[in-house]
Amino acid sequence: MVTIEFLGPIQKAAITMEAASLRDVAEVLKQDSELAQWIESCAVAVNDTLVGSLDTPLKSGDKVSLLPPVCGG
Amino acid sequence: MVELYEGSLNVPEILTRWYADEAEHNYGAYIPFVGTVREEDGIEGLSFDVYEPILTAWFEAWVAKAAPMGATLKMAHSRGDVLVHESSYIAAVFSPKRRVALETIEKFVEDFKASAPIWKYDLKNGARIYAAERSTPISGAGLLGSNE
Repeated sequence: MVTIEFLGPIQKAAITMEAASLRDVAEVLKQDSELAQWIESCAVAVNDTLVGSLDTPLKSGDKVSLLPPVCGG
Repeated sequence: MVELYEGSLNVPEILTRWYADEAEHNYGAYIPFVGTVREEDGIEGLSFDVYEPILTAWFEAWVAKAAPMGATLKMAHSRGDVLVHESSYIAAVFSPKRRVALETIEKFVEDFKASAPIWKYDLKNGARIYAAERSTPISGAGLLGSNE
């Protein structure tokens, strides 16, 4: 199982799912109406490293994080 | 190391401590940037969420980039609520000569605004409202919605 966590202002509890790659995660999250406003603006990290490909492989125990637009300072 | 604090920063303590820490290291320049919450649009203050693992990795990458130039970086940021006229952010560069420090502080603060995993909220009328319009998508955002 892979854990998906939603950071910052996304008001959503973490979920778990079976996924072999980030593409599997994307297919599920794109169907989630709670995330419709966030999908296009979020960066994605796997185990706390930002990633740039939906082909990023996932294994059981991995953590996927969604990072919405930032504004520190 | 990124210093994270609950609530506002004790600016004099942090700046003085950093100065003392580096006083004997032969740096010719110390340039701190202090971010203070302004009174604007009727806000009572700002509030911050911080995701520490990625913030730390981002900061350590900058430390590694600054090291060959002989520069040292420091950073402090608040979590939670920071009221108007209090400070939430300090970045600082120490370097042997001023030019490296001046150029590095600008690049570091700008990349911080664009990349550091920190989320800002306005505190207004007792509510905590995400500052969506002032926020910037991190480079590579939108991956999950793409078809690549």
